[in-house]
Amino acid sequence: MNRPRAKSIPPKVWAGVVLLALALALLPFVAAFAGQAWVRILNFAMLYIMLALGLNIVVGFAGLLDLGYIAFYAVGAYVYALLASPHFGIHLPFWVILPLSAGIACAFGVLLGAPTLKLRGDYLAIVTLGFGEIIRIFLNNLNAPLNITNGPQGVNLIDPFRIGSFSFARPEVVLGVAFSGPQKYYYLLLLITIGVVVVNLRLQNSRLGRAWEAIREDEIAAKAMGINTRNIKLLAFAMGASFGGIAGAVFSATQQFVSPESFGLFESIIVLAMVVLGGMGNIPGVILGAILLTLLPEVLRYTMEPLQNALFGRVILDAETIRLLVFGIALVAIMLYRPAGLWPSAVRKRELEVKGGTA
Amino acid sequence: MDTFLQQIINGLTLGSVYALVALGYTMVYGIIGLINFAHGEVVMIGAMVSLSVITALLGAHVQLPSVLIILAGLIVAVLVCMTLAYGMEKIAYRPLRKAPRLAPLITAIGMSIILQNLALMIWGRNYLTFPTLIEPTPHNILGASMTDLQMLIVALAGLLMAGLVFIVQRTRLGMAMRATAQNPQVAGLMGIDINVVISAAFVIGAALAAVAGLMVMTYYGIAHYYMGFLLGLKAFTAAVLGGIGNLAGAMLGGILLSIIEAPGAGYIGDVSNICGFPCLGDTLQEKCTASDGQLSLFGSNYQDVFAFFVLILVLIFRPSGLLGERVADRA
Repeated sequence: MNRPRAKSIPPKVWAGVVLLALALALLPFVAAFAGQAWVRILNFAMLYIMLALGLNIVVGFAGLLDLGYIAFYAVGAYVYALLASPHFGIHLPFWVILPLSAGIACAFGVLLGAPTLKLRGDYLAIVTLGFGEIIRIFLNNLNAPLNITNGPQGVNLIDPFRIGSFSFARPEVVLGVAFSGPQKYYYLLLLITIGVVVVNLRLQNSRLGRAWEAIREDEIAAKAMGINTRNIKLLAFAMGASFGGIAGAVFSATQQFVSPESFGLFESIIVLAMVVLGGMGNIPGVILGAILLTLLPEVLRYTMEPLQNALFGRVILDAETIRLLVFGIALVAIMLYRPAGLWPSAVRKRELEVKGGTA
Repeated sequence: MDTFLQQIINGLTLGSVYALVALGYTMVYGIIGLINFAHGEVVMIGAMVSLSVITALLGAHVQLPSVLIILAGLIVAVLVCMTLAYGMEKIAYRPLRKAPRLAPLITAIGMSIILQNLALMIWGRNYLTFPTLIEPTPHNILGASMTDLQMLIVALAGLLMAGLVFIVQRTRLGMAMRATAQNPQVAGLMGIDINVVISAAFVIGAALAAVAGLMVMTYYGIAHYYMGFLLGLKAFTAAVLGGIGNLAGAMLGGILLSIIEAPGAGYIGDVSNICGFPCLGDTLQEKCTASDGQLSLFGSNYQDVFAFFVLILVLIFRPSGLLGERVADRA
């Protein structure tokens, strides 16, 4: 069968793409008006997009509830930290470590997936949660008797990303434009994030993506249709984990410091919240969820104290507490008003409407 | 041998607390299939409220026997937690009963964050100490010591569990709960008000959680706004270990988890002591002599790893937990 070849793309779409590209390219400079902190927040938003998309493969596509996803992020981050820092005196280049991080995280994904494939729903959730905690506790304690991870202090002075002598960590003037460190990282992250998004989009409509969705909807039926459910589920774990590993390595290079504290259960839960809140299984939705949940606490951090000053004339509650409180309330409220997520996939939405109509 | 028995006694005490909390998870899960992430926070609120009541009573210099003071704190805490759980179910879970499965999980997480930060606002960031009202007098049992506080905890937990089993097995409400767990639609057709049943499961679980909160606070002597998180995690693990949705499983899981965990961590340290190995490097050799030949790869820091490892092993061989039935796939 001849698939109709892509028609020439209408100019309107082109204009949209160009505008979007321009907006993305200028964003760090706009954000810099509000302070470099906001550029860093943008960078974190992109890291979380990668994480959320990786988890979306496991939870959204294949329907396997994973509560320990942050473990793979941790593995990726530590692989980079140990192979590019004075801790062991090894300094491998970024592009060598990135595939290594992805590969090792992938191996951990298989390690977790292989024994747990038989488990269903919530049993799987608790095992993955336990796995995440095990990884974190190991990172925390592997400083004795042999110092491997440097324990709770974490690994310091990690090499920044650099091309030749062009380091991304320090500010620089290129072609008359001043770039700060975070701004340069923004472009690196944007490049990798776009790569991850494209891979995910292609995966969703591939044979593999359809197999995942079939398993999610009905595992037995999928098996009857000739899908090798065991391998396909394992592949979901492995691929999800490798995206986590990539995000971890980039995180390490951006922060130049990792410690086990960044990889607690709460992080796993937040990434899961991004996926579910955005709209499980729908890539634009997941991206929206990741951006929203990264920005929301930060916006609250900066607005809560002025707001209290304006309303009551003094600061009644400290910003840290109230911002988490509001964050919790927002999670509950969004789920109550949009149970399928903010931007559910078209199929899912249709299903829910049909169910709601007949039940 | 006596240290082993000691470990068992300590494990039994903490285990009965885990079991009480695990029952709350398992009841809710058994009926509506929701992991109530906020249940650990209910335990924390129970501990905090009872602490506030007890300190207030002590501060007012009311001349009451300490048992009555504790009882007053307990009753207030139980009532507060029951109201809290009722409200939580009504606001955050009931509207989502027909929603995709993960939606109520996220509201549960949201609820957990809300409760933690509310507690942080009310009780502050610091560890609060619990006044010693019951002087723990140790009693000698076969060479190991067990304080009367520990005995009280185990006995009270046992009593509550027996009461719960009685409710579930022998009363009309219990029958309604079991019917709803099997099939909510059909139970509804038989004239059972499902909303009442589900609320009851939450409320009873919260009452047990409040008691557990007070117990764990008296046992350790401290309370903290973050204490519910790890406790809830352990209790949930216990519930899954025993087979979630199964009352006896939750009790078994709770006691088993804490009994395995405490001595297990000690033994794994001994087993993984590497100083006996022949060909160690020079640096390791030095470290061994520095630490009197006690250099283990996995020390007691790995206590939680050990607990989760046992859980994973159990689930690999018995995918529905120790006492869980093999359920057919729900379509």
